[in-house]
Amino acid sequence: MTTTLIDTAAHSAGHNDKLLLPHWAEIVKIIPEAEGVSTFHFRFTDPTVQNRYRFEPGQFNMLYVPGYGEAAISMSSDLETAGGLLVHTIRHIGNVTRATSRLKVGDVVGIRGPFGTSWPLEAIEGMDVVIACGGIGLPPLRGAIYRIIRNRARYGKITLLYGARMPKDLMFPAEYEAWQKADIDMQVTVDRGDDTWTGRVGVVPMWFYHFRVDPHKTAVLTCGPEIMMRFVIYEALARRIPSDQIYVSLERNMKCGQGACGHCQQGPYFICKDGPVFPFKALENIFNVEEY
Amino acid sequence: MTDKTLFIGSTVALPKPELDLLLADLRKNDYQTVGPHMQDESIVYTKIEGLKDLPRGILSEQNPASYRMLQTDKDRYFDFIPANQSWKQFLFPPRHTLFSASKEGKWQLKENDEPAPRYALIGVRACELAAINIQDKIFLREDFSDPIYRSRREGLFIMAVNCLDPDATCFCVSMGTGPRHTAGFDLCLTELDEVFLVEVGSELGRSMLAERTYDLPSAFVQNAANQAMDRATRSMGRTMDTRDLPELLTTHLDADRWNVVSKRCLSCTNCTLVCPTCFCWDAVDQADILGKSTRRERVWDSCFNPNYSFVVGGNTRPNIRSRYRQWLTHKLGTWKAQFDVLGCVGCGRCITWCPAGIDITEEVAAIRAEVNS
Repeated sequence: MTTTLIDTAAHSAGHNDKLLLPHWAEIVKIIPEAEGVSTFHFRFTDPTVQNRYRFEPGQFNMLYVPGYGEAAISMSSDLETAGGLLVHTIRHIGNVTRATSRLKVGDVVGIRGPFGTSWPLEAIEGMDVVIACGGIGLPPLRGAIYRIIRNRARYGKITLLYGARMPKDLMFPAEYEAWQKADIDMQVTVDRGDDTWTGRVGVVPMWFYHFRVDPHKTAVLTCGPEIMMRFVIYEALARRIPSDQIYVSLERNMKCGQGACGHCQQGPYFICKDGPVFPFKALENIFNVEEY
Repeated sequence: MTDKTLFIGSTVALPKPELDLLLADLRKNDYQTVGPHMQDESIVYTKIEGLKDLPRGILSEQNPASYRMLQTDKDRYFDFIPANQSWKQFLFPPRHTLFSASKEGKWQLKENDEPAPRYALIGVRACELAAINIQDKIFLREDFSDPIYRSRREGLFIMAVNCLDPDATCFCVSMGTGPRHTAGFDLCLTELDEVFLVEVGSELGRSMLAERTYDLPSAFVQNAANQAMDRATRSMGRTMDTRDLPELLTTHLDADRWNVVSKRCLSCTNCTLVCPTCFCWDAVDQADILGKSTRRERVWDSCFNPNYSFVVGGNTRPNIRSRYRQWLTHKLGTWKAQFDVLGCVGCGRCITWCPAGIDITEEVAAIRAEVNS
């Protein structure tokens, strides 16, 4: 199982003896990313909480909008890059996330976290890394990309496969150049191009046909629609990448983040506590079971 | 004179009217006494004061989708078999306000700081105590402790009762949870026609009982109680073969039986509400219409609710087949991996209260038969 390096008692925003009680955080900045998606920068209003808060890329917070409820949203940056702020990239599509779309700089939300497991950035040092993501699956990996770039020498070949439905749905396009400069082989594909699109059209898993991997020294990090991940895993396994070197971030309905409310269960796991990031080896018996 | 000093493990004979005084003593010690009470032709666990509130002479007759009360002229109070709802409503309240928030300039939080009620549970069956022990493992984990449950559990007084007349839906023997209590109670009653035999299970129980007038039980009385309990053990209405159950279920997620049962299951959530171990909950905001204040509540939820597994873009268990399969494979399968125990105690409530009369023991047997065929 992937582990986090966070001592949650010392570095979290929450209350050990209070159920679901959040800490207030103020919106410092809002960046529109694509249609229906924006990135929020938050700072806890209580400086003690702000100063102690730490997380690892891949983890998530529960964001609370009073009157609407909570939504589990992963971090889309890391503390170093964001100058200590909490960064969440939110697609405004559910009840709570639509409510966040109406918030302005200076408004507050409640935050609890961080929860869950993180990308295994230390365990995969020395390896080639294939990052395969689709749509809103890139934001949960951006913190990992930043971390890898900061420690670029510790990793081998980095390949970033990213797909979106339409060119206008691509997240963070302004950063691609910097990532490529950091020696990341970035391959972008869309399901459907538009008048100006000159890049690839196709789905993310197809990219495995365009490069060779050395299975024993390659790790795969994948996040995106489950159908995309299913085929990324399929292609990775077909190239003999061991199932414990393929890391998957799962999404399920989450209400507590603490493995208590039951909603996010899949097989023996509480995805919020035992995941969201799993080595595929731990999911082999359950991942492809329909409606499980 | 025989020495009547009480020890933990002592058993004494308590005249039935003394129970009233014992309950009054518990209330004097700030306990709310809750126990079985006949209401709307079924037995509920609710606030009681003494014998007058107990279901005197009532027998229950439970079958799939059927619950009937029979009035007898016996002077007995605990012959019925578990009430419709379990005790979990007291430790894990169905609806509980966590905090409220109001906006006066900035949002302000106000915690719910109501002190937890101290309950004395009167008449806890062995299967029900086993269910409380299972919920302890769920709510009082090393890495997560539910404050609402913890505060109620810590202050709990448990007056157990041994079952002497199991119903047609009972299978506690198969689950290894009853019908006889072994530990975990403060006091444990075995009801005979004339007296209660009372076993002391804790120092707290000892001190409460010590105030009462009791006798040492005669060998005749003790023998009668033992015989009644042996008879109960032999007269389970149902059985469940639990051998390798988690493996059986989790490796047969594609069994045809899931299709069969899903044609009967209404996904109504009754089984999860009456189940003494089901623990799923949701959190909801009760907001005022202006959006200036809200109350955040923790409420029971069920894996049979369509919204339960909703994620943006769809529902991961859109069909009744997948929801029933989740319920059963969790309760009798993956629960073991999570909490090192199965999530079923054999109380039979899910059988009685299923409007379609789906029988968990029959479903398990059918899957086993399908796999072995």
